[in-house]
Amino acid sequence: MSELASDSPSTVSTETSAAGTRDVVADHEAANPAVHVTALIPQTLGATLSSYVRRVRGGETGSVPAVAGAALLMVVFGIAQSSFMTTSNFVQIVQQAAPNTLLAMGLVFVLLLGEIDLSAGVVGSTAAAVAAVLSVKHGMPWYAAILGAAAFGAVSGMVLGWLRAKLNIPSFVVTLSAFIAFQGVQVLIINSKSNGIQISDQTLHNLYFGRLTPAAGWVVLVVSVVLYALVKVVQANARRRKNLANEPFSVLGLRVAAMLVFGGIFVHLMNIDQAVAWQQREGIHQRGVPWSAVIILALVVVLSFVLTKTRYGRHVFAVGGSEEAARRAGIRVLAIRISVFVICSAMAAVSGLVLAGQLGGSNTGDGGGNTLLYAVAAAVIGGTSLMGGRGRVVDAVLGGAVLAILANGVSDLIQGGNAAAYELIIDGAVLLLAAAVDSMSRRAKR
Amino acid sequence: MSESTEPILRLRGVTKSFGPVEVLKGVDFEARPGEVTALVGDNGAGKSTLVKCIGGTYQVDGGEYLFDGKPVTVNNPRDAANLGIEIVYQDLALCDNLDIVQNMFLGRETLNGRTRTLDEAEMEHQAGQALASLSVRTVKSVRQKVASLSGGQRQTVAIAKTVLWNSKVVILDEPTAALGVAQTAQVLELVRRLADQGIAVILISHNMLDVLKVSDSVAALYLGRMAAQVRTSQLNHTQIVELITAGRSGDLGLVETTKGAAA
Repeated sequence: MSELASDSPSTVSTETSAAGTRDVVADHEAANPAVHVTALIPQTLGATLSSYVRRVRGGETGSVPAVAGAALLMVVFGIAQSSFMTTSNFVQIVQQAAPNTLLAMGLVFVLLLGEIDLSAGVVGSTAAAVAAVLSVKHGMPWYAAILGAAAFGAVSGMVLGWLRAKLNIPSFVVTLSAFIAFQGVQVLIINSKSNGIQISDQTLHNLYFGRLTPAAGWVVLVVSVVLYALVKVVQANARRRKNLANEPFSVLGLRVAAMLVFGGIFVHLMNIDQAVAWQQREGIHQRGVPWSAVIILALVVVLSFVLTKTRYGRHVFAVGGSEEAARRAGIRVLAIRISVFVICSAMAAVSGLVLAGQLGGSNTGDGGGNTLLYAVAAAVIGGTSLMGGRGRVVDAVLGGAVLAILANGVSDLIQGGNAAAYELIIDGAVLLLAAAVDSMSRRAKR
Repeated sequence: MSESTEPILRLRGVTKSFGPVEVLKGVDFEARPGEVTALVGDNGAGKSTLVKCIGGTYQVDGGEYLFDGKPVTVNNPRDAANLGIEIVYQDLALCDNLDIVQNMFLGRETLNGRTRTLDEAEMEHQAGQALASLSVRTVKSVRQKVASLSGGQRQTVAIAKTVLWNSKVVILDEPTAALGVAQTAQVLELVRRLADQGIAVILISHNMLDVLKVSDSVAALYLGRMAAQVRTSQLNHTQIVELITAGRSGDLGLVETTKGAAA
């Protein structure tokens, strides 16, 4: 999803955008003798592109590193191994990316306040254990199990947020304690000699393995793009009525076209049947957009809406930018701080459920180890700042995709006894690279 | 000389103590709509305390607080805001990661009637109008992030915010303290235009040139007392400095305090 035009700072209204910034200001003032400061929005396609390039050069790298990284990795792995560029592998990458991406999406809220939630991975898998117990031991339907897990996540998040906001304990300490303690809670909830509960409910399995029918995939794509275009047109009309500068129509057209093309390629790839010939004759198919991708799409839309279109979301950014300014503006900083932990832990529960679907059940130790750190990596690689105040929900998707491509490619590329060791080193190096980009972009803006 | 307008804000004999320390000892003060009232005084004279009493951060211990001729009780900043009193603090309190429009509407965002979502178009429109009413042309785009603004531009945003909220009294705490020559001139011009809109502007400043240039009347605090509140046209640089440092100047100021201080 592309950045909103109205959010783009310091863009150019005149067509002579190639000129330096000073000339642009002069031109703008000459063109607006009415001394009315407006939003400077480039009025041609070329000007939009050049202003974008200028912003990236100025340090607002946004999603460029993630997209470039993903493309680079695809080329490298595509050349290095023949099995990488296959549809079955693409489907796998999409599915494998889901748990980490969902976790990172919730984490974006916490990172926006400059906080960290180290416990999200474990809390998420503990919530999944709750769902497994509800489903298997109490025979509850899948939706009750999911609701139970989400409620467990939300309540846990509320406790963490309260400890951070009300008692003023640093979030690093609060969530590190929770990271340790919830591993114990997880064991108690699972309460099984085999250290795990196998899920039998098909819907819970499908959170990871489920596929849409080919037609449904196309419907989702078309409906999404049409809704996006519709919202954009309504917004543009509202601006036009107030005589505000608008993005040129061609830019919107290009965006919609890009979404249709890339979305179309995605849906087409996912719809290619992986089943062998005799299975297909029997009516067995392995095709369709994974449910997890649709879950991610839906949650990206909902969470992005909350973050960019509601008063609440604006206040999250404000608290992340300057707590003091937010407090003076009458924003209830305490409530905002608690709420981001609630959102993060609830999203962690969703992530834990999808992971449980992948593993076929809930086991002790799920969600521990590096799970959370990979989610932080995904958010940061996507362009969310660790220092707070800057980030988007889609960042998590971009970063999650990069990490999934990396994990998939590296695990096939490096074989032998020390393969896992090399994988860890490469993952660490990539996160470091992303953090370096983040910190350099911040310095460039000073 | 428009002494004819009635003061919108008037304090009579205001006292304020912190434990045994009496910071304000019966201060009289008034601010008139359409005028810039300079509040001067040395460090520790009680300027900040007086401002915080006006803004509701502190509550006055004694004396009268009259707004628009009527006695009012201001118990907290919200009461003051409801009366239309805005304070622009020296550290400005802007969010660097938000743009100018977002900062100007922070905490008071306009919502779309039907969808209950942020009405960005309306906010951008109003912010543009507020800046235009102050003839601001120093900022490039209302969608610029505040992080990219200079000190003077930030001050401009903070001041324009008060226009947006139809404030009646605007208190500016040393708005030019950290600014260069050109930006100081721009901000002072802005202060003047703010008053020209009929707002009572209270300007706290240590810079006598600024005070003489832009204010209509000068209120000088000296050790918790109001040494004098005089029309700026009747004062010169030396007299203001004397009022600040000695509490009196010629036949102006506190007669008895000077004796006390001398003893």
